[in-house]
Amino acid sequence: MPGQENVERKSGQSPQDAIEESEVSASSNDAGRKAALDADVDALLDEIDDVLEVNAEQFVKSFVQKGGQ
Amino acid sequence: MTVHRIMGIETEYGITVPGVRVMNAMASSTRLVNAYSRNEVKGRQRNPKWDYAQESPLRDARGFDMSRAEADPSQLTDDDMTMANVILTNGARFYVDHSHPEYSSPEITGPRDAVLWDRAGMLVMAKAASYTTTDGVDLPVLLYKNNTDNKGASYGTHENYLMNRATPFASIVAWLTPFFITRQIFTGAGRLGIGQESKKMAYQLSQRADFFEAEVGLETTFRRPIINTRDEPHCDADRYRRLHVIVGDANMSDTATYLKMGTTALLLSMLESGFLHGKDLTVADPIRAMYAVSHDISLKQRIALSGDRHWTAIEIQRELWEWAALYCEAEYGADIDTETRDVLQLWGEVLDRLDRDPMDCADVLDWVAKLRLMEAYRSRDSLDWSSPQLQAIDLQYSDIRPERGLAHRLEQRGQLRRMFSDQEVEHARLHPPVDTRAYFRGECLRKYPDDIAAASWDSLVFDLPERESLIRVPTLEPNRGTKALVDGLLSQANTAAELIALLSA
Repeated sequence: MPGQENVERKSGQSPQDAIEESEVSASSNDAGRKAALDADVDALLDEIDDVLEVNAEQFVKSFVQKGGQ
Repeated sequence: MTVHRIMGIETEYGITVPGVRVMNAMASSTRLVNAYSRNEVKGRQRNPKWDYAQESPLRDARGFDMSRAEADPSQLTDDDMTMANVILTNGARFYVDHSHPEYSSPEITGPRDAVLWDRAGMLVMAKAASYTTTDGVDLPVLLYKNNTDNKGASYGTHENYLMNRATPFASIVAWLTPFFITRQIFTGAGRLGIGQESKKMAYQLSQRADFFEAEVGLETTFRRPIINTRDEPHCDADRYRRLHVIVGDANMSDTATYLKMGTTALLLSMLESGFLHGKDLTVADPIRAMYAVSHDISLKQRIALSGDRHWTAIEIQRELWEWAALYCEAEYGADIDTETRDVLQLWGEVLDRLDRDPMDCADVLDWVAKLRLMEAYRSRDSLDWSSPQLQAIDLQYSDIRPERGLAHRLEQRGQLRRMFSDQEVEHARLHPPVDTRAYFRGECLRKYPDDIAAASWDSLVFDLPERESLIRVPTLEPNRGTKALVDGLLSQANTAAELIALLSA
């Protein structure tokens, strides 16, 4: 299944990421920034729920463009 | 040279009119441009035409010379509704091209200004769309800053860079090919769908990658080439080439646009100086590599290079980054300008972060920001990649309305970095950059709107009541017509007639 390939690649990658992340000092700016981003994600999704097109399927289907340059 | 050179970005926006059964893209785009024109340039008695005439007159020290146009004024005065076109006071062009509304930025001289006047363009589009909610013609127009409908159609975001004509085209092809293939890791705007018609549902880095089918060529609308050979410099063709780059994505992220323009300019500088001579990063199969890089969100995919090397896109970019750092050190040392130093530093930093964990770039790169949203939805709602919700997120990321566009919402929450305030963007919507010929164009349009019959990148055509024929003022040198060079002249001339008299003196 096409979708699965990507899922596997992501999950296959994550342990390594975890290792690499732990190697980065916890005090580094990047780690702090990332944590802040993650903490905000739930609130963000709630907000996006309110602005997402109500009928996603219809919205996606009707977005048809002519080719350009 | 550094990251500074004459450059610009042209963007075709996706357009829809939700609720109408059959949308005529050309008519809706025309309606959009006309709505902006009516509401924003109300004072103007006339709407200057785009001047297509080609001329190569002599230049004077300020960058222009004068000649009489052969056209009859009547040919240029009436409004041609089929070719909606507004030349803006910021020096940009807002018009209809290939069934899409397009904003072509004014000529600017560096990546920071490229971001600012690109955002100004998005604001022009947003205002134009808002005027269609009250024009009484039809349902409102919605616009998307993306490059595909995921159903087989693609439309472009083109970068332009002024180059030295003497640089051999073969070396441009040799260096830009590996660079364009691998810069996708930070320029990609992200796309859900693989293949031109999204036959397979998976996420990839770039909106545009799957639409490239040739290595080098003149086409822009089919069989698109990685290196486009269009050679229309809009200035002195003996000295300059306008490199027309068609592989880029439309970026919502300021940082992505900034890096895209800055790193490309740096590469061109190395190329022109001969610094890359003797070096080699030839990609064995460019088209395949273009797809492979875009389709691999882990960034681990290896690309076959000459000499039996197999490198990842990050490794190739890091090699280029190291050369750029060496080049700048050798060329400028401590005297390097702030913007060039900033681009170099950010480029290296982003490569490091991508190498560690691409998700670390969620606040600076579009493809990562969008992927992060999708992953969050997937985990909360257990969505499959083929879910219409995720496809809607892909589209809505590029919705240009501040209240509905997801990239805008991320910016408002401080989760996607902005480089400019709303006030700065609004200023750039109305005013030209001060250091290119766009200044002269924009200021003339602001000061003498009713006396300008036509304009283009390299000319202004005046129609003065007291003169029988039109007067074309060529602006062939993009580096002239700057505030420093023409402000004295413009402040002395209260009318277009006075300006022409001063220029003729």
